[in-house]
Amino acid sequence: MTDSVEVLGMLKMVYTIYCLAAISLMAWFGRGLAAPDGQPRLVKPSTFYGFVGALVFVGVAIHIFTFNQIPWVKIDFKRDNITPDQIVKITAKDHKFILPSERIVAQCNKYILFDVESKDLTYGFGLIRQNGSMVMQMQVVPGSPNQLMWQFGKNGVYSIKSTEYSGPKGVFMEVKNAFEVTGCSENDKYSMLEVK
Amino acid sequence: MGFVDTLVNGHKGGLNSAGLTPTQKVTLRAVIMGVLFYGLSALEGMMMRANAVVRVPGLEDPKHYFAVLTVHPILGIFGSTYLIIFGAFTFLVPYLMKKQLYSIKLANATWMLIASGAISAWLGGFLYYYAPLYTLYWPLPVDFKQFNAWGGLVFILGIALIMVGTIGFIYNIFATVFLTGENEEKVPLKPMLLSAMGIDGLLNIIYKMSGREPYAKEPAMSLPVVAIVRGSIDAFLDAVVILICGILILVYVVADLSGVPLDYTSVNALLYKNFFWWGFDLIADGLVLIYVAGTWYLLAMMISGKKLFMQNIARAALLLELVVSWFVWSHHLLADQGQPNMMKLVSGEMVTAFELVTQGIAVFITLVTLWSAKPLKMTMELKCLLAGLLGFMLAVPAGILQADMGLNRILHNTQWIVGPHVHVAILVGLSMTLYSAIYILWPILTNGVELWSTKLANFHFWGQLIGGIGMGAFMGMASMDGMLRRTMYVNGEYQTYMILAGLCGLLLLAAYAAYLFNIVMSIGIQGLIGIFTPSKLKTKELLPTPEQATTTA
Repeated sequence: MTDSVEVLGMLKMVYTIYCLAAISLMAWFGRGLAAPDGQPRLVKPSTFYGFVGALVFVGVAIHIFTFNQIPWVKIDFKRDNITPDQIVKITAKDHKFILPSERIVAQCNKYILFDVESKDLTYGFGLIRQNGSMVMQMQVVPGSPNQLMWQFGKNGVYSIKSTEYSGPKGVFMEVKNAFEVTGCSENDKYSMLEVK
Repeated sequence: MGFVDTLVNGHKGGLNSAGLTPTQKVTLRAVIMGVLFYGLSALEGMMMRANAVVRVPGLEDPKHYFAVLTVHPILGIFGSTYLIIFGAFTFLVPYLMKKQLYSIKLANATWMLIASGAISAWLGGFLYYYAPLYTLYWPLPVDFKQFNAWGGLVFILGIALIMVGTIGFIYNIFATVFLTGENEEKVPLKPMLLSAMGIDGLLNIIYKMSGREPYAKEPAMSLPVVAIVRGSIDAFLDAVVILICGILILVYVVADLSGVPLDYTSVNALLYKNFFWWGFDLIADGLVLIYVAGTWYLLAMMISGKKLFMQNIARAALLLELVVSWFVWSHHLLADQGQPNMMKLVSGEMVTAFELVTQGIAVFITLVTLWSAKPLKMTMELKCLLAGLLGFMLAVPAGILQADMGLNRILHNTQWIVGPHVHVAILVGLSMTLYSAIYILWPILTNGVELWSTKLANFHFWGQLIGGIGMGAFMGMASMDGMLRRTMYVNGEYQTYMILAGLCGLLLLAAYAAYLFNIVMSIGIQGLIGIFTPSKLKTKELLPTPEQATTTA
């Protein structure tokens, strides 16, 4: 199953290529603009409309592509209609996470519903790998439902960290190695340092 | 001429401040204050950047660190950007419309209110460590277990002053545009309003498609003025929303100081967040994008001496941006699971994606307009304009990507948001556009003062460009490895990226120092001080006559 490492790897590649292309285009344009040779050229309206059409296409296509390629988007959309295999209830209060057990264990490919409630401030809830990279996150807003459904396809041990600022007291709001996934045929290589 | 003499009197005699009109002076005051606030904001940014590499004494305390992080964008956005933009537009609107500014007194009050508001907000952080960040997520601003209520009072009053100043600016602009001044010919309101909203451009397209004569052969307003008026609508709405949030927070602050604290759960945090972001997002996705597009159009026309390519489309695009900017705020709430999915999809993703279209149109039109006049001399204003365009070409797609429900799940609150998106947009896109405007207005506003050093100007340009893009890029790379924003890493995490980003930050700071030094050497300290003294020319005209320009103190 595709995870955030693969998605971010793809994003890094695509965006880097785009940036290099944009910088090159502007450098070429600047040189051409100042070059003494060559004549001013008028661009046809059809070129303009083609460009606008391309922008609309790209703007829409990005979301259609990610909807179909990133597995958690569909789950997020349908989470009200999926019966969770496991519900993990977590409370955030006084800049601390209160967990149901010292280490929460989840089974591979099951629908896990993280149900996080804030008793005071706005926090974040993120699962973090051993190397610091992020599996996923959501906001934890007081007085609102904060439920995120997830399927894990790799074994690993993850930390729970607040991904939203809740004042200076909340800066180190993290529970190390609080969540474990087992039963998968594949390991999350960035999260295997402390697998039991 | 010796160094000290140039420093005091300026390059080739420097700025003769006695020959400046009140409108020139008020514009220069706002712009200079904006440039100074940029420096303070940059210094704070560099302090935090240094703290990500080595422990900076004092900043290891989260209270201090987050107080700096809170005021850094306030100074950058309001203290610097608002003042420079408002200052420039205070001059440009009457200049383009060949009118007088409605009120010079109000223009003076505007920059003073915004500058004092920015200082007050800064003091809230500096003196009291008040640190709810600029997002003010409820109920953090009223969490008096963490923050001193007096700090909240000073900070929020500062924000309120900025917003009042903003409303003053908007009133002045609208009055200049729509009211008929002394000795001015009365213009009917209807075509003005249609033009201000970009509707005449849309009608022209429809008329053309149906084979009729254009609705308005000569639109009532020039395109840059349309953009300024359009952007000011968003600036007004934004000011009202932030003022309302400020009043709400002030009520809780005063109640706490009075010993009768109020229950913060009376306010629904998610509803508040929607309201706040609806208004605040109008700065980035309304005001900035529209003001910037208008500035590009103006610069392209002034640099090329040509009419704007696809002018009707550009006008209609500003109308489209009206709809877009009012309905995109949900992209800030894609990680909020209480937010309805349909709002995330429609407002957060789809409408937001149209910013790629509207901004792309503005970039295309500007580039084609310039291309139609080639060859052009690569002046500072042209260089900066191209860099500004490039900045938004890089930063807007980064924003569109993070406004995707799939990607936002792993990008939200990471360095991606503040690096490739925000800092590249502001430091390269917006700042370079503003520098271009400053360079092109420079001879008009200073009555022809020459820049002291072209080499320093070039160093500033390349430093700002490479530093801005580089810093954004390394922050973006760190985000790929999970580095969050709004937190502190104290065990050397992401060191390589942070060292590289820090070097880029140093380059930015050096570029700013070069720019400031060049400006001071050009106009001289005497000229600089003279800008802030009352004008000797009792005129409402924008520019002095040749005789007035040579008036001596």
